[in-house]
Amino acid sequence: MADALHPADRARLAVFLTPAYLWLTLAVFLPLSAMLFFSFVTDMPGDVDQWFVTLSNYGEFLRNPTYASLMWKSLKLAFTVTILCILIGYPCALVLAKSVKGRTREALFLMVILPFWSNSLVRIFSWAIVLRGNGVLEKALNAVLPFEVKLKLLFTTDAVVIGLVHSYLPYVILTSYLALQAVSDDLIDAARSMGASSLTILWRILLPLSLPGLLAGAVLVFVPVVGSFMEPRILGGRMGTYYGTVIEDQFVAVYNWPLGAALSFILLAVVLVVLALASPVLRKAKT
Amino acid sequence: MSRAFLTLSGRVWLGLILVFLYAPIAVMAAMSFNASPFYQLPFEFSTVWYQKMAANSQVLEAALRSVLIACVTTVIATALGTAASIALFRYEFPGKKVLQALLFPPIAIPWLITGTAMLILFFSIGIGRGTPAVILGHVALALPYVIVTVSARLASFDRTLEEAARSMGADTWTVVRRITLPWIAPGVVAGALFAFAVSFDQFVVSYFLSEPGDTTLPVLIYTAIRKGFTPEINAISTLIITLSMAVMFLAARYSKFGGDQ
Repeated sequence: MADALHPADRARLAVFLTPAYLWLTLAVFLPLSAMLFFSFVTDMPGDVDQWFVTLSNYGEFLRNPTYASLMWKSLKLAFTVTILCILIGYPCALVLAKSVKGRTREALFLMVILPFWSNSLVRIFSWAIVLRGNGVLEKALNAVLPFEVKLKLLFTTDAVVIGLVHSYLPYVILTSYLALQAVSDDLIDAARSMGASSLTILWRILLPLSLPGLLAGAVLVFVPVVGSFMEPRILGGRMGTYYGTVIEDQFVAVYNWPLGAALSFILLAVVLVVLALASPVLRKAKT
Repeated sequence: MSRAFLTLSGRVWLGLILVFLYAPIAVMAAMSFNASPFYQLPFEFSTVWYQKMAANSQVLEAALRSVLIACVTTVIATALGTAASIALFRYEFPGKKVLQALLFPPIAIPWLITGTAMLILFFSIGIGRGTPAVILGHVALALPYVIVTVSARLASFDRTLEEAARSMGADTWTVVRRITLPWIAPGVVAGALFAFAVSFDQFVVSYFLSEPGDTTLPVLIYTAIRKGFTPEINAISTLIITLSMAVMFLAARYSKFGGDQ
């Protein structure tokens, strides 16, 4: 069947497929190629009469230690957020998949993933309201606790971490839940009937079998967090300079697009390395 | 540890996570009805921020533009995406795996990179910034979601139905219209709602592609937040998040996403 496509079928195939892929080419693949090209020029062609092909944009990353240290800061942030999402989200997925049943489970699952599909900018903004000094969280804590607490959370790294965990937690819960749901209950019952404790079942059966899903979720958190710029801007204040915000600046404030393009491509390279490292596991997660 | 204790602590954990996920949104919604512009307590009910918002023409224009862009994106992405899914499902051809893999980059590459890349290309070929550029970008981001959703629905499609119709003399167009499309309709509706949500909530790509002063709602909100909080922003944000959650709730119902399948 794979080889003998009827000419009429071939025409139909082209008619059905071409518009979608043409669009993706024009709006995703060509732009990425253009950006790669512009990361190797001195000035934006069109803006100036003279421009040269150069490696200096990439050289700038090596010359100025600020960029490397910001990349490191962004990677550390992504690592922290990913670990927290796993520690908080995996137990939650476990409860959803193996402890709650039927319509309750369906409703709870929907409630967990619903915020993830709502506006991320607005959710980050809502944390700015909660965390601000003399804000709701501080008032609530002081009403409950006998001693006075002064939360100085807004415009700190902690605030950025809280906001990002809130934004990306549903990814880990979603992928872990789907993987855990695929683990047959019979397997667990069999282990239990042979005297395995709950901890043994988790460690020897559930965790290994759902690991691809868990890691897929971790990658889905890690990748966007490395490139985040809006969350650090809103919640981080002066502490909120990260690799992503520097790229943003090149395009909207400094207008050094070639440097921005080079910085973006270095970020893309980091992302691709992460995806490549995870791809054997991710491929397993798909099945 | 007894199993009953484990079950109980699991439920408590789940409850705490739901509080963590919804509390800030609830606080924001409550504060949008608070009279104090500095979110001062005690709470005093007022709809003044909603009135101010309704009187702000910039906000209304941005809101209208966001809805318009989301609708156009939904129509285009759903049409192109559904056609592509049907072709990918129906035919076996060399390079099919590659085409399917090409859906991955728009989802997996951080929007910061895709958005700035679009800005660079659109500027150098003369499209520039503005609503057409934003729509170009949004459709590209929404397409993979539509194709994945519709393909998932198609996977459960019984091909013998098509063969039966064909053997009784129906031509391809009739088969698609009378058999295939009705079957995948729930997937298409879900895909369309996903596309709407991707566009309506999209901030990063709109931010780089929209003309200053001629922006979408999320970009307007971002600019306003960076200039300093105002409770009006709070009111718009509350409306937006209610709308997008409603859309996604419908999408989830249609696609039976996450149920016991």
